[in-house]
Amino acid sequence: MRELVRRPLFWSTLALLLLIALNTAVTPSFLSVRLQDGHLYGSLIDILRNGAPVLLVALGMTLVIATRGIDLSVGAVAAIAGAVACVYIAGSDRPAATSTVVSAVALAVGVCILLGLWNGFLVSVFGIQPIIATLVLMTAGRGLAMLITDGQITTVVNPAFKVLGAGFVATLPVAILIALAVFAVTAVLARRTALGMLIESVGINPEASRLAGVRARTITWTVYVFCAFCAGVAGLMIASNTSAADANNAGLWIELDAILAVVIGGTSLAGGKFSLLGTLVGAMFIQTLATTIPTIGIPAEANYLFKAVVVIAVCLLQSPRVRAAFRSRRPVSTVKAGAA
Amino acid sequence: MTTSTSVTVSPTFLDRVRGYSPPRRYLPVAATVALLIGMFGAGSLRYQGFADPQVVLNLFVDNAFLLVLGVGMTFVILTGGIDLSVGSVVALSTMIAASTLQAGWPAIATIIAVLVSGTLLGTLMGLVIHYFEVQPFIASLAVMFLARGLCYLISVESIPIREAGFTAFAQGSVPLPGGYHVTPSVVVAVVVFAIGAWVLHMTRFGRTVYAVGGSESSAHLMGLRVALVKVGVYTISGLCSALAGLLFAAYTLSGYSLHAVGMELDAIAAVVIGGTLLTGGRGLLLGTMFGVLLLGTIQTFISFDGTLSSWWTKISIGTLLLIFVVIQRLLTRRQN
Repeated sequence: MRELVRRPLFWSTLALLLLIALNTAVTPSFLSVRLQDGHLYGSLIDILRNGAPVLLVALGMTLVIATRGIDLSVGAVAAIAGAVACVYIAGSDRPAATSTVVSAVALAVGVCILLGLWNGFLVSVFGIQPIIATLVLMTAGRGLAMLITDGQITTVVNPAFKVLGAGFVATLPVAILIALAVFAVTAVLARRTALGMLIESVGINPEASRLAGVRARTITWTVYVFCAFCAGVAGLMIASNTSAADANNAGLWIELDAILAVVIGGTSLAGGKFSLLGTLVGAMFIQTLATTIPTIGIPAEANYLFKAVVVIAVCLLQSPRVRAAFRSRRPVSTVKAGAA
Repeated sequence: MTTSTSVTVSPTFLDRVRGYSPPRRYLPVAATVALLIGMFGAGSLRYQGFADPQVVLNLFVDNAFLLVLGVGMTFVILTGGIDLSVGSVVALSTMIAASTLQAGWPAIATIIAVLVSGTLLGTLMGLVIHYFEVQPFIASLAVMFLARGLCYLISVESIPIREAGFTAFAQGSVPLPGGYHVTPSVVVAVVVFAIGAWVLHMTRFGRTVYAVGGSESSAHLMGLRVALVKVGVYTISGLCSALAGLLFAAYTLSGYSLHAVGMELDAIAAVVIGGTLLTGGRGLLLGTMFGVLLLGTIQTFISFDGTLSSWWTKISIGTLLLIFVVIQRLLTRRQN
């Protein structure tokens, strides 16, 4: 049991389970999943589907934070991705064709990779603090998205585009399948190759890593590109779900949700240690929280209040002072908790 | 960072003029001022009536709250921290003001309530940052969520302010010589700015702010009161946000949960464009004022033009931010 408590994922998973238990107590049908028209329906499925964008963005953010960085521009990048795709589809000759969607998605993802290259360039080549380097795009990005959509909410009617955010494949929502696929690829790359360790070493000390032969600059650059890619796909999901590109509100505050998911998952904001599984749990926790609050009769907008409480609680639990206090009270053999 | 005002043998006036090179610390501010003058020059050439002194004064009128926010943010950034909560605290302040006034509180009680709650939030944030070693970014993020959440708890709807004192303040006009005028909120902002400048540049607290920003551990080893200053700057930022919230409430005569979304970005941008180093330890409050004016000028430019859409404001602020960050980076790299 003591071993279990010491696992990094223990507390976040416990919190998620408690939240689900609370929901089930209030609405007994919460856990039920039924099959209808070949799709799975139910609150849990909704949480998975709506949580997909946050999960994707949080995945990219995890790697960025592991290099001791941060990417504030993901919300703006998501908005730009949606704007590019929708404007392209709406302006094309055959706005309902599947081929249009394919090229629109490719174009949007391409633009996002460019934006990621830009962020990574500022951070890794110019050496600007990540928070500021990405603040530039966070500020200008929404302006750019509005420039692309000309300040309008661009709506598209295209069944193929709709699939990305609201469609189902093999009874499961496409959005969560995409997110889980990206998660699986990232996890394999990070944990079955040396990449994860290299990212952590850059997060611990970029200069020492460079001297040890790690291509610190390339790795830093790559994680920002990956983060922007994830944000772009998330933006496409959001746009597809509403069939519209809303430059002002698409992905608004998703960067904060993503950072929150990463922090809940046990990844240290000081870099050098990350847990992808933790991020998955964190993202699901946030989405479940968002679902819980209206269910138990509190206005949905009060969401922020609960998020604040969670952030404060997690940060205090992670802070050295509190940890020291805990440790002195329970002087048991110190087992070093390995990264998941 | 300390200033070395070394007074040597007094040379003649001519020698001084000839051998004058501006101190390094004024260089970024000088760049901001040059850009401001350049933009005004371009504006007055392109648009009729742009060069009117009242246009300049209106920059202050429309950005009084941003100036107040910028003062607090400068203190925080000088210590190497950041405060993302200011926009939400502004919104919370407008909500507290509007709801208490609606409940029939006298204006003075409302003002005190707002200022106290803002200061309290700031102090709490500072305590968490200093004593629990939580990163300023994430601690202020939590306060940002907290303040927005509290707004929604008060009311989801917008609340109008009809109290006589507030409306009189909002519609008031302070005449200046030459037929020009400003609003009372400008007076408040300028007073806050003056107090801020005095504290930052003339007091022991201000010196310590620079010292902590330069190197926290050195400041600590020097026996400076790091804890007081680190908690203090967030308290100041909270107080400034609350005050800015009051000015904003008077400016819009309403309280609304969605007021001031993203205003923290404007405040940070103003401070950075004003030449304050984001790593802390270097910068001037004067620069922040010019940063605020520059942001205001961009908006004026766009509203004078009429054909440019509002989103160009965001794009140009982002571009300016980029330029100044890169310049800062190049300057510091050369010194290292």
